[in-house]
Amino acid sequence: MRAPIRLLLGLCAGIALSLAACERRAPPEQTAAAPVAIGGPFHLVDQTGHPFTHRDLLGKPTAIFFGFTFCPEVCPTTLADMTRWLAALGPDGNRVNVVFVSIDPTRDTPAVLKQYLGNFDPRIRGLTGTEAEIATTAREYRIFYRKVPLPGGGYTMDHTAGVFLFDRTGKFAGVISYGGDPNRGVAPLRHLLNP
Amino acid sequence: MKRTVLPLLAGLLVAGAAMAAIAHDYTVGSIRIGHPWSRPTPAGAVAGGGFLTLTNTGKVPDRLLSGTTPAADRLEIHEMSVTDGIMRMRALPEGLAIAPGQTVKLAPGGYHIMLIGLKKPLALGDHVPARLKFEKAGEVEVSFIVGNPPAEATGAGTPAGMGPH
Repeated sequence: MRAPIRLLLGLCAGIALSLAACERRAPPEQTAAAPVAIGGPFHLVDQTGHPFTHRDLLGKPTAIFFGFTFCPEVCPTTLADMTRWLAALGPDGNRVNVVFVSIDPTRDTPAVLKQYLGNFDPRIRGLTGTEAEIATTAREYRIFYRKVPLPGGGYTMDHTAGVFLFDRTGKFAGVISYGGDPNRGVAPLRHLLNP
Repeated sequence: MKRTVLPLLAGLLVAGAAMAAIAHDYTVGSIRIGHPWSRPTPAGAVAGGGFLTLTNTGKVPDRLLSGTTPAADRLEIHEMSVTDGIMRMRALPEGLAIAPGQTVKLAPGGYHIMLIGLKKPLALGDHVPARLKFEKAGEVEVSFIVGNPPAEATGAGTPAGMGPH
């Protein structure tokens, strides 16, 4: 039960000075007996423009990653990794949700997501929404993100880079960190499929 | 040491796995530039990364200041890091210093060149021309080969587990 707390502390450690994400997210009654929940209600749209909510994830294990299409490295690498995991799972890949949530909804419209995700496994669901809807979703999932202006114009985004796992009931099941063995997500997903 | 480097964009690039990266180098003044390369970019991506090594064979410090490319609106020098699970990317407006005798690697997971506002996706086998400007050594035309990372160019931040396959 402590893993989620450790995770949150880990996430917060890196951004303690930013005051951006952690303080307002920690429930005041937080104790060892009441772990911080990761994941929660959200109302977004997918890359085809259809509404998609947290309820659509229930019944299957979920791997969810927050990123943005402007991202040159972490995001395409993670999406390629997730594509590889789905291929390795074979038919079982149809029994998991693999989700990419944009933390840059200004640029990542459903149409942009659709084109971008066309490069990866078609089962990967891309989600976006309004700035407020994305902020709510990120808060529920304990995702840190921040817009950073570039000196030459435009901006990039800092963001939590791991893939978050959930079981079929929506209970948080761990994080797959960025980098390392490109196949590192296959075993955890198999485990969630066959608990 | 024979290694097959797995394509990072596996699944996208199965066809590219067989394409060996051909090392190519440039020299300008006291700066040696080793094997500029880029990854293919997904359709719709507006930014791409450029990687290379910079070696200062001279006696005085130099600095990669800036660059241009016809392939994108802008070329910038950036540093990327993943710390405590947070990915951060920062432009280096002062450029990148290269001390005498030092080799600086621009590689996935660390320093890199950002091509911002790609005119079209970077495709496997493309040669992307760029002009790099150094404080002391001056300017040089290079070509980023779009392909898979050369084994010797993988930096500290390159995902592990990319071993023989």
